[in-house]
Amino acid sequence: MKQDLNKGPGYFLPRKAATLLSVMIFMIAVAASAFKKNPPAKEIRLNLAERDSVESVKAFETVYKTLMSPRCMNCHPAGDVPLQGDDSHLHAMGPKRGVDGKGVFAMKCANCHQDTNTPGLHTPPGNHDWHLPPAAMRMVFQGKSPHELAKQLVDKKQNGNKDMKKLIEHADDGLVLAGWNPGEGRKLPPVSHAEFKKAWITWIQKGAYAPKK
Amino acid sequence: MAKITLNINKKDYQLEADPQMPLLWAIRDLAGLKGTKYGCGVAQCGACVVHLDGEAVRSCVTKVSRATGKKVVTIEGLSENNSHPVQKAWQEVDVPQCGYCHSGQIMSAAVLLREKPNPTDQDIDDAMAGNICRCGTYLRIREAIHKAAEMQQKAPVKG
Repeated sequence: MKQDLNKGPGYFLPRKAATLLSVMIFMIAVAASAFKKNPPAKEIRLNLAERDSVESVKAFETVYKTLMSPRCMNCHPAGDVPLQGDDSHLHAMGPKRGVDGKGVFAMKCANCHQDTNTPGLHTPPGNHDWHLPPAAMRMVFQGKSPHELAKQLVDKKQNGNKDMKKLIEHADDGLVLAGWNPGEGRKLPPVSHAEFKKAWITWIQKGAYAPKK
Repeated sequence: MAKITLNINKKDYQLEADPQMPLLWAIRDLAGLKGTKYGCGVAQCGACVVHLDGEAVRSCVTKVSRATGKKVVTIEGLSENNSHPVQKAWQEVDVPQCGYCHSGQIMSAAVLLREKPNPTDQDIDDAMAGNICRCGTYLRIREAIHKAAEMQQKAPVKG
């Protein structure tokens, strides 16, 4: 028997209901397809369902002790002169930050700091991009409490306009990595770069919570 | 060892050198320009300052490989006939005592005056803090830089 779905009651669905259902299915399909694209292999996915203040704050303990170690803090001083050595004393010769963080006049970072570490004790460590944070975004670590540093690190107005994704990527920045290649006679940060990166990502992915103090 | 061409004081030098050799050795021992001095060897004193593409680098820790394809200027090439305002002011104020550090001092001061034609005392301290003078001629250095700034305003440095 031939069925006409557009005519009369007693069939599967009334015409209006069927139309409405079709439109709804179409909208759901479109919405679902928007999320279906696979992220690039390296894309970092932040899942808000993973937020966990306890784990986040615990991971930040490792982050904090690393960032406050001389290898990181020495280039994030409270003043405009970088720090130097395992005791974080003021840099000999008193070089100044300058507007771009690369020094001033005859005292620019790259005048002494080469692309690579200079061999020997008490010689300048090297990196092609050696610099302090610029004057307009000083990113001070020295003297910050865990609470203050955590808040600062996620504040776009104080962290170089980095969102969470860029913050995570920053763990592999060339100058960050240079902290683990400090040249002869200088202490390494308290944990390996892999341990630091794991703690850094955990802290951020679990919600980037700031410790209470 | 490798064949390396270094442009020093507007002249190309064909040198046989290890690319890792300090630029200072190439300047002094291979090119034979003895005005640039060896002081500490670890970028702490400033006696070895030369200009590399206009920047006051310390040649004792700068590798020859960094200088290839760039323009090196030493104290011998800062001017013809010692006529750079800094050199003239140095003579007028009679700045040096033993003189050993002064080629480095002058090269650093020249960069300062190029970037800050009328420097304050603070600018001079900021620029020159990396150039050590064991004779303690710092006050004369400061006076000479101010004098050079005046001279430069009357007769600007070319190039």
